[in-house]
Amino acid sequence: MTTLCWIAANATGSATDDRIDFNRDVQPILSNHCYECHGPDAEQRQAELRLDQRSSAIATTDDVAAIVPGNANISELVERIMSRDEDFLMPPSESGERLSDEQVAILKKWIDQGAVYAKHWSFESVTRPKTPNVVPADWPKNAVDAFILQKLNAADIAPSNEAKKTTLIRRVYLDLLGLLPSIEQVDAFISDTEPQAYERMVDEVLQSQHFGERWGRHWLDQARYADSHGYTNDNERSIWPYRDWVIDAFNRDLPFDQFTTEQLAGDLLDNPTLAQKVATGFHRNTLINSEGGTKADQFRDEQVKDRTDTTGLVWMGLTVGCAKCHSHKFDPVSQTEYYQLYAFFNSTVDRNSVTPTVQVPSAAQTSQLDELATLKVSLSEQLANDTDAERRQKIWEQDVVARARNATAEKDDGMSWQILPLSGKSTKDATLSSLDDHSLLAMGPAADSEEYHSTARSPLTKIRSVRLEVLTDDSLPNKGPGRADSGNFVLSEFWFRTGDGRELRFSRAGAEHSQTGYAVARAIDGKGDTGWAINDAPEGSPNRNRTAWFVLPETLEVEEDHALTFKMQFNRKTFSIGRYRLSISSDEWVERPGVAQLATLITVEPEKRSDEQNAKLRKAFIQSDPELADLDRQLTETTKKFDAVKRSIPTTMIFQELEKPRQAYFQVRGDFLRQGDNVLPDVPDVLPGLPSSARPLNRLDLAKWLLSREHPLTARVRMNRIWMRLFGRGLVETENDFGTQGTLPSHPELLDWLAAEFMQQGWSTKAMLRLLITSATYRQSSRARSELVSTDLQNRLLARQSRIRVEAEIIRDLALSVSGKISPKVGGPGVYPPQPEGVYAFTQRKKNWKTSQDEDRFRRGMYTFFYRSAPYPMLTTFDVPKFNQVCTSRDRSNTPLQSLTLANSEALFELAESFGRRIIAEGGDADPGRLQFAFRASFARRPTAAELARLRDYTRTVRKRFAEDEKVWTAVARVMMNLDEFVTRE
Amino acid sequence: MTGTTRKSHGPTPTSNCRRYSDTMKHNSPPSNHPLLSSTRRGFFGQAGLSVGSIGLASLLADSCSAEVAAKPVAKAKAVIYLFMAGGPSQLELFENKPKLTELSGQTPPESFTKDRRFAFLKGTETLLGPRQKFGRYGESGVELSDLLPYHRDIVDDVCFVKGMVTDVFNHGPAKLFMQTGSPQPGRPCMGSWVTYGIGSESANLPGFVVLQSGPRGPRGGSALWSSGFLPTNYQGVPFRGQGDPILNLKSPADYDRDAQRDFTDTVSGLNQLRFDSVGDPEIQTRIAAYEMAYRMQMSAPELMDLSDEPDHVLKMYGVEPGKPSFANNAILARRLVERGVRFIQLYHTSWDQHGAAESLDGELPLRCKEVDQASAALVKDLKQRGLLDDVLVVWGGEFGRTPMGEERSPAGRDHHIDAYTMWLAGAGIKPGFTLGATDELGFGVTEGRVHVHDLQATILHQLGIDHTQLTFRSQGRDFRLTDVHGNVVKEILAG
Repeated sequence: MTTLCWIAANATGSATDDRIDFNRDVQPILSNHCYECHGPDAEQRQAELRLDQRSSAIATTDDVAAIVPGNANISELVERIMSRDEDFLMPPSESGERLSDEQVAILKKWIDQGAVYAKHWSFESVTRPKTPNVVPADWPKNAVDAFILQKLNAADIAPSNEAKKTTLIRRVYLDLLGLLPSIEQVDAFISDTEPQAYERMVDEVLQSQHFGERWGRHWLDQARYADSHGYTNDNERSIWPYRDWVIDAFNRDLPFDQFTTEQLAGDLLDNPTLAQKVATGFHRNTLINSEGGTKADQFRDEQVKDRTDTTGLVWMGLTVGCAKCHSHKFDPVSQTEYYQLYAFFNSTVDRNSVTPTVQVPSAAQTSQLDELATLKVSLSEQLANDTDAERRQKIWEQDVVARARNATAEKDDGMSWQILPLSGKSTKDATLSSLDDHSLLAMGPAADSEEYHSTARSPLTKIRSVRLEVLTDDSLPNKGPGRADSGNFVLSEFWFRTGDGRELRFSRAGAEHSQTGYAVARAIDGKGDTGWAINDAPEGSPNRNRTAWFVLPETLEVEEDHALTFKMQFNRKTFSIGRYRLSISSDEWVERPGVAQLATLITVEPEKRSDEQNAKLRKAFIQSDPELADLDRQLTETTKKFDAVKRSIPTTMIFQELEKPRQAYFQVRGDFLRQGDNVLPDVPDVLPGLPSSARPLNRLDLAKWLLSREHPLTARVRMNRIWMRLFGRGLVETENDFGTQGTLPSHPELLDWLAAEFMQQGWSTKAMLRLLITSATYRQSSRARSELVSTDLQNRLLARQSRIRVEAEIIRDLALSVSGKISPKVGGPGVYPPQPEGVYAFTQRKKNWKTSQDEDRFRRGMYTFFYRSAPYPMLTTFDVPKFNQVCTSRDRSNTPLQSLTLANSEALFELAESFGRRIIAEGGDADPGRLQFAFRASFARRPTAAELARLRDYTRTVRKRFAEDEKVWTAVARVMMNLDEFVTRE
Repeated sequence: MTGTTRKSHGPTPTSNCRRYSDTMKHNSPPSNHPLLSSTRRGFFGQAGLSVGSIGLASLLADSCSAEVAAKPVAKAKAVIYLFMAGGPSQLELFENKPKLTELSGQTPPESFTKDRRFAFLKGTETLLGPRQKFGRYGESGVELSDLLPYHRDIVDDVCFVKGMVTDVFNHGPAKLFMQTGSPQPGRPCMGSWVTYGIGSESANLPGFVVLQSGPRGPRGGSALWSSGFLPTNYQGVPFRGQGDPILNLKSPADYDRDAQRDFTDTVSGLNQLRFDSVGDPEIQTRIAAYEMAYRMQMSAPELMDLSDEPDHVLKMYGVEPGKPSFANNAILARRLVERGVRFIQLYHTSWDQHGAAESLDGELPLRCKEVDQASAALVKDLKQRGLLDDVLVVWGGEFGRTPMGEERSPAGRDHHIDAYTMWLAGAGIKPGFTLGATDELGFGVTEGRVHVHDLQATILHQLGIDHTQLTFRSQGRDFRLTDVHGNVVKEILAG
């Protein structure tokens, strides 16, 4: 099989001479067949022989050397691979492997030529090759083409013609923006016959703000971005500000070196900006396991390993993860070196946790906060500056004391309450009977644990607060109000449901009195083993009426007379409530002392009052003072608004370094529980050393090292992936493996030239994209050429362009584009387009998918909220991975489930309907015009006569079925959106 | 220089089959045999068989059978895997431990608990005696608790494996481990490996189907039926137990069968014109995909329609037509097998009896009631139809439960990874046989230890696949379902 490669390599002109090239010819054989037992991994090594190092391979032991340079015939290796003796043969016969005659011949020739080893190509530093001179000299538009043409010439293949203008403009729009060009844009491009029309079009497209979305999305694959934590609970997380940062970084063409540094180590820069902190979200996209019983250290270790592996793959194209459990079998990365890389990421604060996070206010939010803060200060000053207030408070205090003497409503909380006429039942054997004052009295056995369900019709349409009065009664032990022997109770949980099934939980609670350890807030904490109780009262016994108040986070709206069922849960044996009454209010209850309480405070000598008592009195006075109450209300409102804005500011997950680094260890067999020696951050030996000798190293050093000009991998790997997006595959086909197991570059000089140019252009992504997209190579037609099937079926030589099926998100974007519905909004949190029912039949937790109704329903595919455990089904169907780990390139499958999705999904059909209406509105009145319009809107080009005829047939058939014009044109639109060409670049 | 310790952990790309399968991945390294890869899409295109169920099997057999030495003989054509998600308590179902009853309430001897890790236990827990009565049943005299009365009828048809052990004790990772051989998400699951390796015989339905029942979805989510780095058409297709089994199966309103046919024909006709002009073989695959989609639309309703099942069969399973249930899924599994589907994964959730609301006394009997009858019925039904010879049925959870009780009331047990029970039936598995035993308290395996990777190797073996040979190159190394481990459990194989 290697023969075929070799012959192919010959055919492509890279091995025209007789010299054996180690990297091209020998290394693949040794790596595939020998290194596993005779390679870098000492643990697996047999017979103490390593063939990946010349010194070991030519060493003489017991008068034998595996390789004798210049003399294949006396080399043990040759004898072994050619042996007829099963026990002597290499590779061992039980492995089932055998070298072919051609492979044997290559090895022999190589040894005869001196067994010259070379460093693996990708570990050699990048040097800029000279651009070759080629003919015809007028074909190349830039250096890229010269390299391509050189190889084509050697293989005696002519490049393809330039694609049609309609093809080119759609190709460029899809590649750079992921959106369709409008018919007007197509027409403008076609009618621009001046030189450089194409370049101008490309430049214009590169300026679009949607460029950052398209290219940012590619990067987000590598960042394994998702909107949930993964694993089993898969809760939502907020890290979309990181996505916004990526989009913005591409739009402003942030140079790749800075782009890298900010993501790997933005937090370690001097005085990092908020944006630089947000950028460190790159490595916070790891999974978090919140399942009960998980050990944080185990999953922190997983996260650090993921960051190590991801860094290796994304920047270096190396599978360093292979060295987790043992030294790499094929590449020179030892297990110790793996844990040295690991050590760079081992000292961050996060520990299988969401924190640390940072708030990321929008410009509007920042100015709103500033305004509100200023207002707060001014209102507080006005309150403080009323010099007459002290005098008025004295008068008020006297008045309060007087009122307290006469007060009957001792629990005046200043609100208007509606007492509910309840009917109640217990889930156990107690009965709840209604008394005249609308309270319920419990009788019968008090159970170990039970729930009271008390139902009433709501007299209000807006509910914000609920008041619970627990009342004494002669029938209760010690008069109650509880049913325990002492008259106490423990209310474990309190909440209610509406008749239409909404479940309401309170966000705040207060009580006249709570027993120590049994604060009323514990009745709304969602935990069954805590609750509210009323013993150790200052008055002595618990046996008196008590009131508690409960507040909803926001006002509940119900229809009048809507049923409300209040649920009280009691989980302590016999500690149920004996008698109680419930009231509701539309107002938000705030803690405010009653008259009696105030009077008690006032009787304390002014100089003996505590600060707290003073503050309480002053607050109560202000609230009742005609001159100050309004100011106070304004201040409260403003504070509330301020807090609300503050709360609404999105957060995002970031990196933060521990003050003192966490010690990293070598892990035996990759098991975090089996610690070996201490390791410090460092980089693998095979790659260039670090510029600085200062230790210990941190992530910033790592970033600097990756981006040093001497680093052989970073620029090559990055350019290869950019190439892959535009041409369908990389110059190095194994874009995720630049090691010895990877494929060799098809155009090594071109790759190096691009890498060198990238660094010379200041790591500018846009400059390199412009270069590639304006090349003649890129502009070629993608039409299959029958003569190439035998010579270059895989199109490695680039004698034509490729048709590429676009990614899932882009399919949605194209549908949105053609429907005219697309929202141009860039950035922001995830959105919820319609998805089929039943998506969550298979997840542990049902997700809260609130289908977006407004503009958000028509946002680009990349903004679709992404749950790792149950991604939006259309995305998965079109090969979006679950982002549980890094994805450097996606699959491009072609399946019937995709057909079903395109043909039938609600989300796409509603876009077909919009497209249908657009055809009617913009395509003129007659069928031919409308069909032309539909075609050009979808594909930029005009239909052929045969295509037009086929569509007219269909239109006629459909018209027999549907009377309405809209349905007819929806049917046509649906066909357009299901064509292969629609989901393909051209 | 010996090669005896050689493992296929690293690439040993000698088998043409393996190489060939590599070319299945669209963006995998270049095939060394370009013609094969050139014909691949074309082949499937013309054969119209690309539903995530493509029969690589026939290709493998045709092109490479001579080179695959010692390929196991396939006994199983299909697998029905009944996954009891949450970890059923072997001590309340299959393992009668009188000694545990005797020592109930006492601190476990340290020799038993040393070096064991538990998810939730605090270290102060005491032994908990079995909560159920046991009896012996069948000619094989297998012990079963009273919670599984219907199982009494099948004890002579199934093989109990009492020495199961696994590596991880949290639900998500442990389920992934059982399904993919790795506790981290991202690897292909068993059903994907199998359909990737030997394809499916169904032309109208996916080769790997997932069905789910029970109070909630299984922890681990879709990673459990993910194809990982294998091409996505090998991922499990979740079927819903009633109505339309697949998302987007229904044509839009107003599109009846004929309208959908016209639509499909027009799309295919226009695609063909485009193919004639640009010559991209992907277009042929797409034409075939639309054709298959249409066929699925037509055949799925028939699959889901249980009205042709006789009453006594529905009764045997305990199916209430129209109500989603494990029983409903079990009968669907049989219907899928009859239609050539290769791998059917059933999940039934909430076997996680830690105590309190999830108690051994309260909740466990409910779960048993939900699956006991239909599990037994499935085995009997397959046997009556002569299908049990070709269909492998697997029953069990991701781990078992501890001999200690948790400090909750009513009683429950924690996750236990060092000894638990599963059963297998059909397709060359010894019927009426029990392999393995545990110590007198049920802490560890004393004989017949079967690790998760061994079970995986055995399942593949029964399907005619050597688990060390079914590999796929990803990120620079060859992966397989059993990682670098796994031995076929020969002791449970008949003949």
